[in-house]
Amino acid sequence: MQPETKEILSAERFINLYEKHREFLSAQDTSHIAALRDQAMKSFTGLGFPDTSLESWRLTDLDESFNRGYDYHLKPTTGVDFHKVFRCNIPHLDTAIIGQLNGWYVSKDVPLMELGNGIIMGSLAEARKKYPHLVERYYGTMANDSADGFTALNTAFAQDGVFIYVPDNVKSPRPVQLINVIHFEENLFLQSRNLIVVGANAGLSLVHCDDSYNHQASFSNIVTEIHIGEHGVMDHYKLQNINNNSTLVSSVFFRMDASAQLASHYISLNGGLLRNNIRVHFNGPHGHAAIYGIYLMDKRQHVDNQVYVDHAFPDCSSSETFKGILDEHAHAIFNGHVLVRRDATKTDARQSNKNILMTDTARVNSKPFLEIYNDDVKCSHGSTTGQLDQESMFYLRQRGIGEETARMLLMFAFADEVVSKIAIPELRQRIEDMVKKRLQGELQICEQCVLHCNTPEHPVEFQIDLSKI
Amino acid sequence: MESEATKILDEVTQGDYKYGFVTEIETEFAPTGLSEDTVRYISAKKNEPEFLLQFRLKAYRHWLTMSQPEWAHLKIDPINFQDIIFYAAPKKKKELSSLDEVDPELLATFNKLGISLDEQKKLTGVASVAVDAVIDSVSVKTTFSETLSKHGIIFCSFSEAVQNHPDLVKQYMGSVVPYTDNYFAALNSAVFSDGSFCYIPKGVRCPMELSTYFRINAANTGQFERTLIVAEEGAYVSYMEGCTAPQRDENQLHAAIVEIVAMKDAEVKYSTVQNWYPGDKNGIGGIYNFVTKRGICKGSHSKISWTQVETGSAITWKYPSCILLGDNSVGEFYSVAVTNNHQQADTGTKMMHLGKNTRSTIISKGISAGKSNNSYRGLVRISKNAANSRNYSQCDSLLLGAKCGAHTYPYIQVDNRSSIVEHEATTSKISEDQLFYCQQRGISAESAIGLIVNGYAKEVLKQLPMEFAVEAQKLLSISLEGSVG
Amino acid sequence: MLLQIKNLHASINGKEILKGVDLDVREGEVHAIMGPNGTGKSTLASVIAGREVFEVTAGEILYKGKDLHKLSIEDRAREGIFLGFQYPVEIPGVSITNFMRTAVNEIRKFKGLDPLPGGDFLRLMEEKKRLVEITSNLTNRSVNEGFSGGEKKKNEIFQMAMLEPVLAILDETDSGLDIDALRIVANGVNKLRRPDNAFVVITHYQRLLDYIIPDFVHVLFEGRIVKSGGKELALELEEKGYDWIKKEQE
Repeated sequence: MQPETKEILSAERFINLYEKHREFLSAQDTSHIAALRDQAMKSFTGLGFPDTSLESWRLTDLDESFNRGYDYHLKPTTGVDFHKVFRCNIPHLDTAIIGQLNGWYVSKDVPLMELGNGIIMGSLAEARKKYPHLVERYYGTMANDSADGFTALNTAFAQDGVFIYVPDNVKSPRPVQLINVIHFEENLFLQSRNLIVVGANAGLSLVHCDDSYNHQASFSNIVTEIHIGEHGVMDHYKLQNINNNSTLVSSVFFRMDASAQLASHYISLNGGLLRNNIRVHFNGPHGHAAIYGIYLMDKRQHVDNQVYVDHAFPDCSSSETFKGILDEHAHAIFNGHVLVRRDATKTDARQSNKNILMTDTARVNSKPFLEIYNDDVKCSHGSTTGQLDQESMFYLRQRGIGEETARMLLMFAFADEVVSKIAIPELRQRIEDMVKKRLQGELQICEQCVLHCNTPEHPVEFQIDLSKI
Repeated sequence: MESEATKILDEVTQGDYKYGFVTEIETEFAPTGLSEDTVRYISAKKNEPEFLLQFRLKAYRHWLTMSQPEWAHLKIDPINFQDIIFYAAPKKKKELSSLDEVDPELLATFNKLGISLDEQKKLTGVASVAVDAVIDSVSVKTTFSETLSKHGIIFCSFSEAVQNHPDLVKQYMGSVVPYTDNYFAALNSAVFSDGSFCYIPKGVRCPMELSTYFRINAANTGQFERTLIVAEEGAYVSYMEGCTAPQRDENQLHAAIVEIVAMKDAEVKYSTVQNWYPGDKNGIGGIYNFVTKRGICKGSHSKISWTQVETGSAITWKYPSCILLGDNSVGEFYSVAVTNNHQQADTGTKMMHLGKNTRSTIISKGISAGKSNNSYRGLVRISKNAANSRNYSQCDSLLLGAKCGAHTYPYIQVDNRSSIVEHEATTSKISEDQLFYCQQRGISAESAIGLIVNGYAKEVLKQLPMEFAVEAQKLLSISLEGSVG
Repeated sequence: MLLQIKNLHASINGKEILKGVDLDVREGEVHAIMGPNGTGKSTLASVIAGREVFEVTAGEILYKGKDLHKLSIEDRAREGIFLGFQYPVEIPGVSITNFMRTAVNEIRKFKGLDPLPGGDFLRLMEEKKRLVEITSNLTNRSVNEGFSGGEKKKNEIFQMAMLEPVLAILDETDSGLDIDALRIVANGVNKLRRPDNAFVVITHYQRLLDYIIPDFVHVLFEGRIVKSGGKELALELEEKGYDWIKKEQE
């Protein structure tokens, strides 16, 4: 089977492709998953790719991305050794690493690791073969194929990705680091599908990175389903640092059982076009979800965060804190939507979106929506966009701090509200450094690295020490 | 378990509509339905100049190409435009020359609504208000026109303006809300019947409040009025608008347009107390209130301020907006929207900052009761050239009872770094603690709710002209309090 | 002469606030500026510090004989001008330690000195904290965030102690302080008095001047200094209020 090359992305292309390769795609499927696939393809045929006529895509125009033309492979790409290109250099960060190259699970030893404590992690394709019932219980139950063309397409074509299973009452002893590396000599369209299950009373800390290692254009359509069982605790990090020719549509669906706790951190440092669909569904009472986002964009970069929180049960709380600094021609979109259903009494939902514009060509669109059907709730939202606070600037400068330094300090402080919530100290330290570099415009020197890189890091001179003593 | 507070809320949120009576007057109708002939009929009835007929026809043809907007958080039963009578006018026996010649039935109707069309009859302690009274499709009387004309102010029905000041109408009509603007604006532009016209010349401060009172009386009719206010350089006017309709089982359509033009240093204050028939407790009947209101601050340092108290209508779809084109111009939007029973409201504003140093303030208070849905929808847009502009928005929702909905849909777009946009919103309810506290001080629960709601809406109510504020406060209480009054 | 203000006029958004202020301050002196609300006291302080929202429309400010007009806010600060704010702004996310270290080192750099080594800096912090009786955790918090009124003012004096200015302007540092905090603030100022520096204390009440004894007292009224005298003028104002000044002006 030859990979399709250099074709633009269009619904017809995938409808035809599916027809042609349906049997190949579902060769390993259980009947349930094969049915899901067909159903999703039906949805996709109806929906197509979203365009700007849809309210949720009104401000994110994908035409340019679609028209670049991409190869699409139904088999793993070959040629690059993941373990040669990848080297994590966060000092002292002890994580279990799972690698994905161009959307395919990369196995060093075995495709599926089964740890002594019952934790399973590795290739989703392998997990579907080995634990069909376990996978089936969760797979496709969170992602909604009927509402979004990208999700439907992903379900229709899903082959590989990562599967993590933390059984009830088990706490993962160290963070799991999931690295998506894009590295190919041609423009590449890729889709991967991840399924993560955190059992009741279980705990998982997941660092999920999207990286590109060269400047080749790519378009990723990644769907991740995350189930957190009763009293389960999840700490989730999404780090995005891909090249300026990359388009990333990431859809993460969280389902939270009673008393589950989630802290999710979206850290967008670089990328041509980043679209994050974040959906949180409370599946029982007393859940708590805190979603943080920081985006630092420049050039013609575009970031679009869509956060949907469905308060379907009483006594849950959620917070959204998204902050961005936009330079040059960057464009940021925040669309928060909190739905409080009729029976969701004692809901506590907060939304906050704050932006700083550095130039008159940078743009921000903010839509913090509240949709409330219950009177016994505490809901609030706030959105501010503007420049750095002039009062604070005056105060800092009156103490003898130069204008540029004062600006840096305030920008770093602005980002700190989100960065300081990172619970893994080594990671926080690293991200603080990244943010500093980004703010000083020095991230380009190794923009292909978030947590690792091939080239030795350039020493970065700070005029001031921004770290806390 | 139903709490005491819930029970009280249920009782007090079921007030009756006081303006639901019908007046028996001889009325002349256009044939039911809508076609190019209807448009020509209306234009001919009004003896309009050719340019206006052409404007209507262009609007009608454009409307045919459009479809009803669906983005609002509203459930709207399909409207059959062929079932609506687009023109209904009380029959005149002859041209009127004085108040004595106004149909006594009409006078009685307006008296019953508390609107005086008698210039001599002033209430003690209340400043005079010039009134343009519009019933169904036509204006029946404009008071104080002569007094105002001494100041060079033109205040008359839109039809009169078309006859007497066609150049002004031609210059400004459609300049703020073009007929292509939206579905209902296109419809209005095709079939509008009457409305008010107001022109304040350069440097004139209008000596009294101007007001238009809209009344739908006839059955199966739609009301499509059009208001145009032009304030020349340095002029000031405060304008108020009120409306009611009889109680009927079918939905009636009201699709109006208001356009305001404010030149350099001019200020226009536009206040609305909207009390169209909201339908009954089960959601039967009521007015569809689909209105396009927009003002343009054309000159520097001009100001347009919208204040609205929305208590009526089965469905409200309305976004009084400001285009801040002049440097240093100011736009304001103060709104209280109350929905009860099965009412639906999707209302808010648009603030378009185009000029430098422009300022806008949005204060919106939504109050939902019964099974109603109340949405704030507002756009704040700071364009690239609107340096140093500011917006502050505060959108609060109060929910009374567990079956209603309160929604907030702010749209914020900032393309300029030196500008600051702030939006805040909270959602709350009347707590049992507040009720208990009031009751412990000897205040009945019904009064307490009235007090709390009025306190909650105070920031907006205080923006209303005095003549309206009292009325609005009462209306708020009536909309929610029922028996207490 | 340390500070010489000549016929200073300043306005904000086209509105004139200062209408011809004259003031001379020598090294070693303490000046008190009093006057009713809204007469331009805080404006005068902000203009000396170089706040950009105010426009100097006439007159000049000479500091160590140099015209301040062209100096940026931070360069004025680095030359030794310190403004103790009436309402210190809260800056979330910036710790006081980091903030002070940045300020101290930038000022040192301006003077051609090397940055203060971390250890020395921390020792300096400890020493100055004791001076204004600040309990230890204050410095780990963000600048002014969540501070009480008294804590904010103490923090201003602490920063003054850290930066050792030549000319310190304290804008209503006494407002909102209870008697203990007032004593601590005044003590701090008194310990920092030296023959080669000067203080301009803006206050509403005579109370602070019981603790910080001024050499001169000036009354600012409607944008001008209308009366100057010794410390006894403050007592007279306390006794008679400002009405007699107003009457004198009419």
